Amino acid sequence: MADARRKLDIVAETGPVGSARIHDSAPKHVAGEAFYIDDIAAPEGLLHAYLGLSGIAHGQLTSLDLDAVRAAPGVVSVLTAADIPGANDISSTHRHDEPVFATDRILFHGQPLFAVVAETREQARHAAVLAKAEYAEETPLLDIAAARAAGGRLVTDPLKLERGDVATAMAASPRRLKGAMTIGGQEHFYLESQIALAIPGEDEDMTLLVSTQHPSEVQHMVAAVLGVGSHAVTVEVRRMGGGFGGKETQANLFACVAAIAARKLKRPVKLRPDRDDDMAITGKRHDFVCDYEIGFDDEGRIHALDAVYAARCGWNADLSGPVTDRALFHMDNCYFYPAVRARSEPLFTNTCSNTAFRGFGGPQGMVGAERFIEEVAYATGLDPLEVRRRNLYGGGGRDVTPYHQTVEDNIAADVIAELERRCDYQARKADIREANRASPIVKRGIALTPVKFGISFTATWFNQAGALVHVYTDGTVALNHGGTEMGQGLYIKVAQVVAQAFGIGLDQVKITATTTGKVPNTSATAASSGSDLNGMAALDACETIKKRLREFAAKHWQVEAEDIAFLPGRVKIGAREIAFKDLIAAAYMARVQLSATGFYATPKIHWDRKAGRGHPFYYFAYGAAAAEVAIDTLTGEYRVERVDILHDCGQSLNPAIDKGQIEGGFVQGMGWLTTEELVWDKKGRLWTHAPSTYKIPVASDRPRVFNVHLLENAPNREPTIHRSKAVGEPPLMLAISVLHALSDAVASVGDHRICPRLDAPATPERVLDAVERVRAEAAR
Amino acid sequence: MRERLRFLLGDELVEIDRCDPTLTVLDWLRLEKRMTGSKEGCAEGDCGACTVVVGRLDRGRLRYEAVNACIRFLPTLDGCQLLTVEHLKGDDGSLHPVQQAMVECHGSQCGFCTPGFVMSLFALRLNEAEPSISRIEDALAGNLCRCTGYEPIIAAGRRMDEIAPRETDRFLREREVIAARLAALNDAATLALEDEGGRFYAPATVEALAELVAAHPQTTLVAGATDVGLWVTKAMKRLDPVIYLGRIEALRAITDEGDHLRFGAMAGHIDVRAALATLSPQLDELMRRFGGEQVRNAGTIGGNIANGSPIGDLPPALIALDSTLVLAQRGRAGVERRTISLESFFLDYRKQDRRPAEFVEAVLVPKLAPDMLFHASKVSKRFDEDISAVCGAFRLTRHADGPISEARLAYGGMAGIPKRAAAAEAALIGRPWDEDAVEAAIAALARDFTPLSDMRASADYRLKIAGNLLRRFLIETTQPQTETRVAGLLAEAAHG
Repeated sequence: MADARRKLDIVAETGPVGSARIHDSAPKHVAGEAFYIDDIAAPEGLLHAYLGLSGIAHGQLTSLDLDAVRAAPGVVSVLTAADIPGANDISSTHRHDEPVFATDRILFHGQPLFAVVAETREQARHAAVLAKAEYAEETPLLDIAAARAAGGRLVTDPLKLERGDVATAMAASPRRLKGAMTIGGQEHFYLESQIALAIPGEDEDMTLLVSTQHPSEVQHMVAAVLGVGSHAVTVEVRRMGGGFGGKETQANLFACVAAIAARKLKRPVKLRPDRDDDMAITGKRHDFVCDYEIGFDDEGRIHALDAVYAARCGWNADLSGPVTDRALFHMDNCYFYPAVRARSEPLFTNTCSNTAFRGFGGPQGMVGAERFIEEVAYATGLDPLEVRRRNLYGGGGRDVTPYHQTVEDNIAADVIAELERRCDYQARKADIREANRASPIVKRGIALTPVKFGISFTATWFNQAGALVHVYTDGTVALNHGGTEMGQGLYIKVAQVVAQAFGIGLDQVKITATTTGKVPNTSATAASSGSDLNGMAALDACETIKKRLREFAAKHWQVEAEDIAFLPGRVKIGAREIAFKDLIAAAYMARVQLSATGFYATPKIHWDRKAGRGHPFYYFAYGAAAAEVAIDTLTGEYRVERVDILHDCGQSLNPAIDKGQIEGGFVQGMGWLTTEELVWDKKGRLWTHAPSTYKIPVASDRPRVFNVHLLENAPNREPTIHRSKAVGEPPLMLAISVLHALSDAVASVGDHRICPRLDAPATPERVLDAVERVRAEAAR
Repeated sequence: MRERLRFLLGDELVEIDRCDPTLTVLDWLRLEKRMTGSKEGCAEGDCGACTVVVGRLDRGRLRYEAVNACIRFLPTLDGCQLLTVEHLKGDDGSLHPVQQAMVECHGSQCGFCTPGFVMSLFALRLNEAEPSISRIEDALAGNLCRCTGYEPIIAAGRRMDEIAPRETDRFLREREVIAARLAALNDAATLALEDEGGRFYAPATVEALAELVAAHPQTTLVAGATDVGLWVTKAMKRLDPVIYLGRIEALRAITDEGDHLRFGAMAGHIDVRAALATLSPQLDELMRRFGGEQVRNAGTIGGNIANGSPIGDLPPALIALDSTLVLAQRGRAGVERRTISLESFFLDYRKQDRRPAEFVEAVLVPKLAPDMLFHASKVSKRFDEDISAVCGAFRLTRHADGPISEARLAYGGMAGIPKRAAAAEAALIGRPWDEDAVEAAIAALARDFTPLSDMRASADYRLKIAGNLLRRFLIETTQPQTETRVAGLLAEAAHG
């Protein structure tokens, strides 16, 4: 209690940064008063578009009869590629491999062929299924094995990372082993499905409300398909009902189709796919197969590592290049490989085009790293945590990553040690081993895994942001920046920064919707970068205004500029203190500009992809998690009984928001590694296209005991916004502890001598398979 | 006949004369009333973003239930009260304690699922004092959140009654007034509505139902609409006419008939669970995991059977218990009935022994005798709110711990219909209940079933589980100290 009070006092003295403020929209969320795009009152004359989809996964479209669609009740128009005034291309990496509508080649089941526009959404949806398409069907390549067997066509250039002489080091290693790991994909399952509303204006103007993480890209794509300049298109988003990477590029299609229809019909058009169609059309997290060879010694030290990361990318490149790159960037996790080679294999398949998803390939790379550790642990008979410790980055030349960046801020060992102590890991592990002996059916397991996640877009130019801050004459502030709000609390964090900068209350800062009309050329809100980039840009704008105010006040009140301070609730000007709003009123009368833009570009980073060398990450975020599970060896069912997390948010901007990101990211990661299984049928139809068949965690799946702590006294060593660290993605990978706890429980049936090699997702079926395999091998 | 739909929206009386029979409550709220607080997340009753609370009279008492507005047809609200997230704030604009708790506990991030969670917690608060964490999890099993990881939402469930005691809730204080208003709306006349979308009938008596079904043999009979709703929202079928059974109070009755329980076809899963729990804790656990809370509130025992799904959770248990089905239709002298064994009702995939004018009226479930052993297990990818990969229910009869004299092993998920394992049963007869008996039965299962591989499980896994559930049954009945379940009520009972 005393602690809590002291903390409150500090808040009162220092302002909102670092305090556990509620999400700015929370009171609206709970009352149903927060507007999502489908809630906004429809403009006069609104029409509804719906997509008509291909019924095969691969082949030639030989005819498309749309007469029945046109004749259906309420239908106003039907659009095909011929109706696109500009380019029939929305490929985000400009490879021209992603048409809005297919014209001849069908590359996946659910590919848009046309759109129908009707007076109501129901009419459009009913009409869309009346099309008669004929195809010359070809065999689809549906998974990694099929793609490889067919020659391994790639959707984008692969990446190779190499350091040291792997062949020699491997040959010289005292021991070697080879293996492969299958790592499943993941559907985003944002609760608000994709949606776009396009409103045509005068000239060539088009205004869109789109649920997107990347308004600037939507703007550019719409401009390209309409054949107009970007200046004619404005894209706005106040909030998304979840994004998770699924609205980084995947919103483009829906926005472009709505815009094409609105342009043609000169009426506002909305497009919102049904959940099942959304799941069939849009890309997901890439599934991977990681083939590896490890050279190591009897002390559990890795000498050499050689791995290939094959990914099912789907029918076009989309973000598969950077995603598979990031898998390679995280193939080390926290571990030093003296000699290493990693290669990516971004494979073309006839499935939806896989895309960004929280972690962006990093989780798949990291899951592989923890498998390497596990392999070495079982091969040497050492405890996996001990093997982890022995291979951590450290001094003495053991601090260079496979991409030749030196790890300068390494705190993994400290985080692991602190968590191990806090959760009583060793004693509990011993207790579990003991209890398992007396329990023939239910077996428990425990594992502690660390996380080191690189912060920055690896496309270096994306690491920039802009902001726009207006101070009105009554002292209230309107804040705008290029970051989008998808629930992660970016808006409140940046508002905290702005309120703190001016010394005003949060209630004096109005958070305004992200729009390309206010801040141009923004990057996607992605790569965990939102508050790092936009917080700094907003602060820059505030400092510009403050500089003008200081100069004005110094002159007006005849004091030195350094004797002016913006304190909580007041401005100190020499000996006097006045209210912020009074300073603003006086500054306005003196014709001081009270509006400013701000800009930020992340320093220090560079990356040469061809050479596989550079300093792609500004810093690393760290964390560790210990998970305890129980499995049923008759059915493979399991339950996460306890999870302890210690996570590094630097000096948190908002501990409540950050804790929410950690808990939510963990559970989402747990879903990815456990019950979330994507299944396609032989025809290439996504079989798990709805929540009835695709199972994300529910309330009872969260860990029974869930202790989450932010690492204390750990300011970012880089001068980030108030020394905080990015938090959006890193906690997702803490869930790898669950996979390894399950593996530990499985291993108990073979007396911990056999490596379970549990692949992901570890569904009950996979767990039971692993139990039986370990049992059989142990009996041999 | 009454040709006007009447219900309360909050405390406002709504009267509608023309209405599409399958217009969903959610579309009506969002598109016609412009009440956009309730969200569409999946349009199939799985995510709960559209959760609303429906108050209905149950034997004269007002009963509040969280349901999915996305698959509930508007005319089925006749005589009910509909409460949405927009109704919760006080007249002074203050947040309801449930809303306040969600804000204080940081229970929303993107906020899209939040109105649904608020309404599920609101229903829980109206129904129960100081719910345990386990009960909160049950109440939220039909609500998906992709942002928070649920921890803060559970905390809000614990917090809501601390913010303001339940007894002070204005919705509970207004209960009698609302009940009286609903009583005035509930008459014995059949509700009949029509528009270009089709015809809708909601009779209030079994006799009227029999007449209607006889007059419209091609009708779609709607109970909880937890599956039929998807025929509309996903398969985009037009249903005409629709006959809704929810106004017939007699069909909701559950009665103890001495050696068996009698369930009216419209007995809801919550009430069915309470009654079946008196037969065996295994049934309590099985029913706890039936869908999400909204589906349990809407769904009925008759619907679960008549729907004929190969993976329905109730039929295997009811078949193992040797239940019988009462089918009714209009006869020469009023309603005529025939009684068949439940297992014989299921003929083939999605094909049942129901004549055109017949409807399921009741299910008779024998109680367990002292010389019987019973087991029910459901295995699914996710523990809560998932469809079975395999559901197994077993009843063995022995004489004084002697050899097995009767075996009823029923499975869901193993064939096109819920089906008994005849060969495995035969393998058990005459044997003592021990490992040898179980191994013999497991060996025979491969002759009973050729299961399919699908998105839920492979054929191999299904067959393996079908056998392993018999092993679990044996261990639970012979080594009660051995832990056999990792989650659920039975696991909680076993180790606190």
